[in-house]
Amino acid sequence: MKVMAQVAMVMNLDKCIGCHTCSVTCKQTWTNRPGTEYVWFNNVETKPGAGYPRRYEDQDTWKGGWTLDRRGRLKLRAGGRLRKLLTLFHNPDLPSLDDFYEPWTYDYQSLTTAPLSDTFPSARPKSQLTGRDMRPVHGPNWDDDLAGAAEYAATDPNLKGLAERVRLEFEHTFMFYLPRICEHCLNPSCVASCPSGAMYKREEDGIVLVDEDRCRGWRFCVSGCPYKKVYFNHRTGKAEKCTFCYPRIEAGQPTICSETCVGRLRHLGVMLYDADAVLDAASVKDDKDLYEAQLSVFLDPHEEGVREAAARDGIAHDWIEAARRSPVYALIKEHRVALPLHPEYRTLPMVWYVPPLSPVADAVHATGYHDDDPDRIFAAIDALRIPVEYLANLFTAGDTAVVERVLRTLTAMRGHMRAKQLGDPVDPHLLERAGTTADGVEDLYRLLAVAKYDERYVVPKAHAEGSGALMAQHCSLDRPGGVADLASHDAVDPAPPALPGLTAPGGGSHFRDSDGQVRFNLLGWNGSEDAPGLFGAEGSAP
Amino acid sequence: MSSWDLWWWVILPYLALVIFVVGHIWRWRYDQFGWTSRSTQLQEGRLLKWGGPLFHYGAFAAIAGHVLGILVPESFTRWLGIPEDVYRWFSSVGGTVAALAVIAGVAVLAFRRTTVPRVRAATSPVDWLALILLAIVIVLGITPTIGVNLLGEGYDYRRSVSLWFRGLFAGNPDVAAISHAPLIYQVHATAAWAILAVWPFTRLVHAWSVPLWYLWRPYVLYRSRVPAHPAEPGTSGRRWRRIGVRY
Repeated sequence: MKVMAQVAMVMNLDKCIGCHTCSVTCKQTWTNRPGTEYVWFNNVETKPGAGYPRRYEDQDTWKGGWTLDRRGRLKLRAGGRLRKLLTLFHNPDLPSLDDFYEPWTYDYQSLTTAPLSDTFPSARPKSQLTGRDMRPVHGPNWDDDLAGAAEYAATDPNLKGLAERVRLEFEHTFMFYLPRICEHCLNPSCVASCPSGAMYKREEDGIVLVDEDRCRGWRFCVSGCPYKKVYFNHRTGKAEKCTFCYPRIEAGQPTICSETCVGRLRHLGVMLYDADAVLDAASVKDDKDLYEAQLSVFLDPHEEGVREAAARDGIAHDWIEAARRSPVYALIKEHRVALPLHPEYRTLPMVWYVPPLSPVADAVHATGYHDDDPDRIFAAIDALRIPVEYLANLFTAGDTAVVERVLRTLTAMRGHMRAKQLGDPVDPHLLERAGTTADGVEDLYRLLAVAKYDERYVVPKAHAEGSGALMAQHCSLDRPGGVADLASHDAVDPAPPALPGLTAPGGGSHFRDSDGQVRFNLLGWNGSEDAPGLFGAEGSAP
Repeated sequence: MSSWDLWWWVILPYLALVIFVVGHIWRWRYDQFGWTSRSTQLQEGRLLKWGGPLFHYGAFAAIAGHVLGILVPESFTRWLGIPEDVYRWFSSVGGTVAALAVIAGVAVLAFRRTTVPRVRAATSPVDWLALILLAIVIVLGITPTIGVNLLGEGYDYRRSVSLWFRGLFAGNPDVAAISHAPLIYQVHATAAWAILAVWPFTRLVHAWSVPLWYLWRPYVLYRSRVPAHPAEPGTSGRRWRRIGVRY
């Protein structure tokens, strides 16, 4: 067993109002540069809908992610290594810019420079690729709120097998929003697809990044990612992707999309997992077993043995403690209400979703009943196959039983809390039917409904004790491990393990220097504890 | 040997070689961010599907042919027992196949780069220079291969151009050999030197980044978070630009 830590995210889809604030703040932070006009590290899709890029979930076309070969071994769906190198000069699976959209701006200047005339001047759309006049025919949210649903929503790959019925029951139509960022997978197919080895998963926090200095623009990551969350910067010729706002995460802050989320639907926290079990979990035979397989990879930080193993594998004490308080762990593993997006891609994604109850509630409402009545919703979960099957295609590779269980739990939570707050008699069978307990749903309610900032975002800071030496680059630091010791920079050393008993108390007055010595930091000293090296050894002459 | 010959066939080639080597060292150290194939497949894929592979695989064959024809001495093939007729037949047929692939690829790619607005917009001035030089080299390389050696009476470049070329690397270039070669070979060789001189400053550097390591390396790579040096002002190379700043 090798314990690793990852900062993961859970989004509660019932609370998403589709305001796109996450997308806008993300774009302002990361992709407001030439070449990235069409790049949305975070985007919000209306479901059912074509998605972005259009029909990206149709892996028969795009060949993203992993699949099993005839002998049951994991392989990239787009083909092996040699095949990749032979198609270096034309990647057959790469989406064209037209599958995203041709970015454009408007000729705003003409509004102020137009000569006086009887007609109003107009700003014409100009392509940001060529500067020429163009007619926008697609955009990042062309089918927002089911706009043009007859044309776009019907092309949603998740409607496979049930499209006919959805079209027939269009008056019962359902809709919800799906905010998407990079999944920062445990088994990332983009990393596996990169011929240059420029993409990597960070050991400390599991964030998947592109090394811009080593990317050579072979663009197989773009086609290798089944979620199409690696983008090609058409101005620099390099791949770019969601960074999980790693500078903020390192500082213990939530990602910008989480920070600015109006619906407060995002949760961030540490997941401990067994890195040695990842490959086996991604290789289980039946797609429908992938959800359970990924659950089995996650380790319980409340277990003493897991904590010991984590400490042994170099995970810092505060990270292990953060894992115990992780809202993400609670939603994924304890309450089991969060589900992975498209587990059938076999990448073991790490951004999970609490499926929305609202499509089902909407359907109940449409039939004339009160959409808060748990009995009605239970009945609807059983009777209305469309939303459940659709959600199952999204989150469980088509296994409706799991989605039904989650929706029942959410319904039971609503019914229980409603009864409790109104002082109504609590139906004892309600929780039983959902297979949960009063304590369980009340804790779930607290997490999903009232959790404050510091409960939703439990992000431990990165351990950067050794980086101080780098900031002082103008000083003469030619001791081993110092700036001038170039050999030590080439070696990729794992971060030094945290010192037992020296991390939390005392305000961090001790730290281990990059040369391995424990040093004393006067600024972090609380004045009462030992201050080794500050006053010299007791009794020794100065 | 006139001073013109000395300048043209000795000094310029060595100058180009020095620029080639020093330029690559500079670019590698200064501009990792700009070191890319600068693919335009995202903007246009249908023409590239044919042009890209035809050109690149044709170019690989052409490079192999040059190694055989120019770097391997005639005495070596004769020592192997390969008669001159067989060599010439093989090199002209093989060269013609490679030439047809390259010329077809270049035709498609040139058409694409000049007429597709999205692709043209993604082309920098130094890329135009490199592509024009490349076109000159290819056209002047293919013309003698097909016109002289396949259809015409043939010309034994191994006794003129090759001697001079190998001499450059031995430090003793045979200027007389190249200065009496037909003009078309002379222009071909000159344009080739010019390409070497601009090579490090263009997207052609991606040729040195063929990712063969991919065949052996593990699929999923992990890296530890390494704090990076803050760059000294003015030493950080090319990087992301603000809006409105040209690349």
